[in-house]
Amino acid sequence: MTEQPNVRLGSWSAVSLVAGREVNTRLRSKAFLITTAATLVLLIGASLVFKLIGGGSDATVGFTEQNAALAQPFKAVASSIGQNVDTKTVPSEEAGRDQVADQSIDALVVGDGTNVRVVVKKDLDDNLRNAFNVLAGQVVLNQEITKLGGDPAQVNSAVANAKVDVEELEEPYPYDPQQLVLGIIAGILIYMSLLLNGQMVAQGVVEEKSSRVVELLLSTIRPWQLMAGKVLGIGLVGLIQMVVIGGVGVATALALDVLTISATAAVGTVVWLVVWYLLGFLMYSLVFAALGALVSRQEDVGGVISPALMFVIVGYVIGISVLPSDPDNTLVETLSIIPVFAPTMMPMRLAMGGVPVWEAVVSVGLVVALIPALVWLAGKIYANAVMRSGARVKLSDALRQV
Amino acid sequence: MGDGRLEIDRISKRFGDVIALKETTFDVRAGELFGFVGSNGAGKTTTMRIALGVLAADAGEVRYDGTPINLETRRHIGYMPEERGLYPKMKVAEQLVYLARLHGLGTAAARRSMEDWTERLGVAARRDDEVQKLSLGNQQRVQLAAALVHNPTILVLDEPFSGLDPIAVEVMSKVLLDKANDGIPVVFSSHQLELVERLCHRVGIIRNGQMVAVGTVDDLRAGGTVEMVVDAPGAPKGWADGLAGVTVRAHEGNRTILELGDGADDQEILRAALATGPVTEFSRRRPSLTELYRNVVSQGDEA
Repeated sequence: MTEQPNVRLGSWSAVSLVAGREVNTRLRSKAFLITTAATLVLLIGASLVFKLIGGGSDATVGFTEQNAALAQPFKAVASSIGQNVDTKTVPSEEAGRDQVADQSIDALVVGDGTNVRVVVKKDLDDNLRNAFNVLAGQVVLNQEITKLGGDPAQVNSAVANAKVDVEELEEPYPYDPQQLVLGIIAGILIYMSLLLNGQMVAQGVVEEKSSRVVELLLSTIRPWQLMAGKVLGIGLVGLIQMVVIGGVGVATALALDVLTISATAAVGTVVWLVVWYLLGFLMYSLVFAALGALVSRQEDVGGVISPALMFVIVGYVIGISVLPSDPDNTLVETLSIIPVFAPTMMPMRLAMGGVPVWEAVVSVGLVVALIPALVWLAGKIYANAVMRSGARVKLSDALRQV
Repeated sequence: MGDGRLEIDRISKRFGDVIALKETTFDVRAGELFGFVGSNGAGKTTTMRIALGVLAADAGEVRYDGTPINLETRRHIGYMPEERGLYPKMKVAEQLVYLARLHGLGTAAARRSMEDWTERLGVAARRDDEVQKLSLGNQQRVQLAAALVHNPTILVLDEPFSGLDPIAVEVMSKVLLDKANDGIPVVFSSHQLELVERLCHRVGIIRNGQMVAVGTVDDLRAGGTVEMVVDAPGAPKGWADGLAGVTVRAHEGNRTILELGDGADDQEILRAALATGPVTEFSRRRPSLTELYRNVVSQGDEA
C-alpha cells in the first residue's frame, strides 16, 4: 500500500478534472463525430452546389445578325432591373432556334430589328419578359424620335441622366445577398449548437443523478465544481465543433470563390459566431443544468427544460423567418438586444451586416452582466436539487432551501 | 487528540416534520471494524451521508482525529453509497482513475492504485469494459474498488455486503479486515447480523434515529439474560418448576429452554435434570446478535 499523499485539490483542479472527463468522453463519442462530419459534408456540398449552379449569369440571350445592335441596350435594360444577362450573336436564325431547343440559350431575338420578337422554348421568364418589354418600348421610341427628326442617342442619354433625386434621412445599409445567406447559415449553426449542447448539459446532469454516481462525486467535490466542470467541458466540445465547422465552411467557400465578400468580413462572421456561441451557451446551459438537476430520469429531461428551450427556438424561428427578407426589421432589432433572444438573433444580424456598434456592444454587455447572476442562481438550484432523487423537485423548493 | 478515531457526535437531522436523527453519537476507533445495524429507515444512511458531507446536519459534529471533518479530510474517506453509482458508460479503468484523481491523487499514483485494486478484487480482466457490461457482482467489486482506490484513511460503507455471492462476501470481508488491520477506522452498515457478529469488533444499533446500543457483542450480551438448553429425553413436563431463580421459556421437542435469573445455580439444574434420566445436552446459550438486536429493537417498540 502506498502512503496516503496530501490530498489538496484546488477548486480549479476539481473543475478541470470534471471538464476533462466531459471533453474526453464526448470527443470520442460517435454522436459527436457523426454530427460534426455530417455538418461539414453538408456545408462543403452546399458550397460545391453553389459553385456549379451559381456564378455567371441569370440567362443567356441570343441575337440574330439583324438584331445584334439590340444586344448592348438589352444588357443595360436587364441590369437596371437586377438581371445579369449574357448575350451572344448566333450565325443564323436556324442555328439560334436549335440552340433555344437544346437550351444552350434561354431566348433568341429574331426579326428585322424594327420590333422585338423573341423565340423561347416554352415560356419567357418574367424578369426577361420585363426587360424585353422595356427594350421593345425603347425600339419604338427610337423610331418615333427618328421620324420627328431627333437623335435617339441624344434623347436616350438625356433620359438616362434624368433620375429622381432622393434625399435619405437615414442612410440605409446596403445588404449584400451573400451576407444574408451567411447570416442564415450562422443562425442555423448557433441554433443547432445551443440546442444540442444545451440539452447535453441537462442530460449529463441527469445521467449522474440517475446512475447515482453524483453521491460519490459530491463526497469529494462541491456541487458548484461539478456543475461548472460539466458546463465548461461540454461548452469546450461545442466550441471545438463550432470553430471546426465555421472555419472549414468559410475556408471552403472562400477557396471555391462561392463567397466573394472580403476575407475580413468572413472571419468577422466566424469570430462573432464563436463569441455568441460562448455567451449563449453559458447563459442557457447554466439554466439547463439547474433545471436538469430537478429530475432524476432521462425521460423527464425534455419536459423540465422545455420552457427555457422555447426561448432558443422562438428567437431562432423569428430571426430566420424575418431577417432574410427584412434585415432592418424593428421587432427583430429590438428583440436581438434582449439577452434571452440575443444569442440566436444577434449572430444572424451580425453576419448580415449593418448592426450599429452600440447595439452589438449593449447586447453583449447585457448577457455578460446576466451570467454572474445565473451562475449564482443555477448553482443554488443545482446544489439543492441534485441529491434529491425520485420525484421531480419543485423549483420553489430548490430555491427556498439554503 | 490524534487517536485516529472517527467520531459521530450528537448529530441531529430532520426532513420536514420527520426526525431522522436525534443526537446520534458513536465513534469508530482506528483499526476497528464497526458494524452499524438498524432497521430500514432507522437513520444509518443519513448518518453516513452526513459523515461524507453529502448531507448537512442540523446540529452536531463529525470529527476525525480530533478535528471536525471538512472537505479536505473528507477526501481521505473511502465511501460506498447505499445507492450504488458509477458512470454506466465509462470504462472500469478510466472511471477508477478519474475517481482517484478527484480525491487528489496524481495521474500516475491513480493509475497504479487502480491496477492494484482491480487486481486484488479480481476485476483486472474487465478494466477496459464499460461498467454497464459487467455482472452485478463485478459491478459491486468495482464499486468497492472506487471506495478504496484513493487509499483512504477512513472507510464508510453503506451495505457493502448486500447482493454479494458467498465468495464475494469472503473477498469483501478480507479487504475490510485488512484495512482495519492497517490501522484505519472502518464502519459499515448491514442487515446480515451473523456476518456483523463474526467480523466486527464493535457494533452500534440505531433505532428511530437514536443509538440504542454501542459496544462489543459481549458487552451487549452482558446486560441480557442467561439462557440454558437442557436435553433430557426422559424428563416429564414441569421437571424444572420450583428450581430457585429458574423460569422455563420454552420446550423444543425434548429440549427445555431455561432462563436463569438471580440465585439460579446451574449445578442444581443439572442435578434435577439427571434425576429424570439421561441428559444428552446441557449448555449455556449465548444469545446471538440477531436475538440481541430483536430484543433491543422490540423493547423500544413497547416503550
